[in-house]
Amino acid sequence: MLQEKDVVVVGAGPAGLAAAIEAGKAGASVLLVDLNLMAGGQLFKQIHKFFGSSAHHSGTRGFDIGKMLLQEAKDAGVEIWLGSAVIGLFPGMKVAIEKGLDGTKKEVITIQAKKIIVATGASENVIRFKGWTTPGVMGAGAAQTMVNVNHVKPGRKILMLGTGNVGLIVSYQLMQAGCQVVGLVEAAPKIGGYAVHAAKIKRAGVPIYMNHTIVEVKPGADGCVEKVIIAQVDEKFNPISGTEKEIEADTVTLAAGLKPSAELPKLMKCQYTFNGVFGGSIPLHNENMETSIEGIYVAGDTTGVEEANTALEEGKIAGIAAAQALGYIDAKVAEETKKEIWHRLVALRMGPFGERRLAEKEKIIAEYAMKIGAPVPEENMEGYDHVDN
Amino acid sequence: MSIINLGYLEYEELAAIQKLPTKERYEKGPVAVIECIQEIPCNPCEAACKFGAIEIGEPITNLPTLALDKCTGCGICVSKCSGLAIFVINKVYSETTATVAFPYEYFPVPVVGQDVEAVDRKGEVVCKGKIVKVMNPISFDHTPVVTVEIPKEFADEVRSIKRGEA
Repeated sequence: MLQEKDVVVVGAGPAGLAAAIEAGKAGASVLLVDLNLMAGGQLFKQIHKFFGSSAHHSGTRGFDIGKMLLQEAKDAGVEIWLGSAVIGLFPGMKVAIEKGLDGTKKEVITIQAKKIIVATGASENVIRFKGWTTPGVMGAGAAQTMVNVNHVKPGRKILMLGTGNVGLIVSYQLMQAGCQVVGLVEAAPKIGGYAVHAAKIKRAGVPIYMNHTIVEVKPGADGCVEKVIIAQVDEKFNPISGTEKEIEADTVTLAAGLKPSAELPKLMKCQYTFNGVFGGSIPLHNENMETSIEGIYVAGDTTGVEEANTALEEGKIAGIAAAQALGYIDAKVAEETKKEIWHRLVALRMGPFGERRLAEKEKIIAEYAMKIGAPVPEENMEGYDHVDN
Repeated sequence: MSIINLGYLEYEELAAIQKLPTKERYEKGPVAVIECIQEIPCNPCEAACKFGAIEIGEPITNLPTLALDKCTGCGICVSKCSGLAIFVINKVYSETTATVAFPYEYFPVPVVGQDVEAVDRKGEVVCKGKIVKVMNPISFDHTPVVTVEIPKEFADEVRSIKRGEA
């Protein structure tokens, strides 16, 4: 006899936690599964005070928001399995979970779910250049984990590639941890992230090399990063010969954007769409955050790379919608609450940084309405004209 | 060139976007200078001000505006701004000096009486200064607000201090 759960949530970041809390509060039995040893996703790496509105704990540091959500999830009766990887979704809403980390005793447990919410976040993009595999070259997210979670400096002199919010925020946090950031390199003519984050970096006297890229990383005698060659780029982002500069650094961190981690819904043959603004291929979803397959929901960066506030709100919608479909929430109350959340999401997606995401989100929901209309029950999938992505 | 190409604000760009305190207001004592110039979804400063001097309203991407007559220059908003973009300037600290209060989230935290090098928005040293106040209560949640005394003529330029060795 399989263990049964009303709702299985995959990924315990802000979206997954919010979804689990809402479904749990409504009375559903909820299992929240995460690969990491701690719930909270990226929240526990975020030592800065968050932006957003008072409704989203703005002005509170990310890890404190993580603690609050974790407590709320526990209060809502959510069962949390950490160090556990969802290794497959199978016909009949079965979720296969591998419990236990590498090097420990593992067991595979299959859960019979009524609803599945996928909130698996995003992963970092990589930029290749000569010497990109040299020890000391790493993702900005890895460097952030090292300083903020493990309290280890990734190096002494760090060169950051990219000036999006991740590049700017992680540069600042590396300095707070006592590292020297020797510069930021940005191929575009404009800073990618918020100006206030860039202003903090500049006040600390750190150079930002605009219209530049990394050409080569040179290892020292120990085989690790010692020197970085950067060069100016033309309007097609090709390095301009003769403009090379040599910078001394022992660490190079790459902040070149993120792409949605959205593999699991593919196993259930959910339909996808490619969206450049949102960072890649994402499951099509409707206003309930439900995919083309009935009972499979998505939320957070899985549905397109954004930030913690939007992830929280999308998670809430998915959790409420799942609980509503199971009959735990009165339809009228659920519809009103979801409407309020969509209203807040619109506000979060305004201004020069949000308006493109607002427009793209509307397009995705319109594409869903046109191509799918209403989610298809999984058992009706046979003979379904599925296009592989 | 603008902050999005340079990474820092030129005073002219700031003055063109944000309503800055008037000469008359500066003569009355400390006042907040809000250097928030992009419409991003953020509003903790609005709730932080006990005197209702900062308004954002709806949508939350609005830029904050400061009611000059309500601002007391208390500095609470300096610690609450997630973007570390609010400063309190006192242009009448003494006959010849002004003070700049700024958020400072690095170790070591400066101490009162310490001689420092004051830096501008691009991190360049513009003059010497002396720390005259450090506020770091629990409610500021690890964002100390540090006040540096500097020659009056640099009050619109100085926004931080050169960092000490951690």
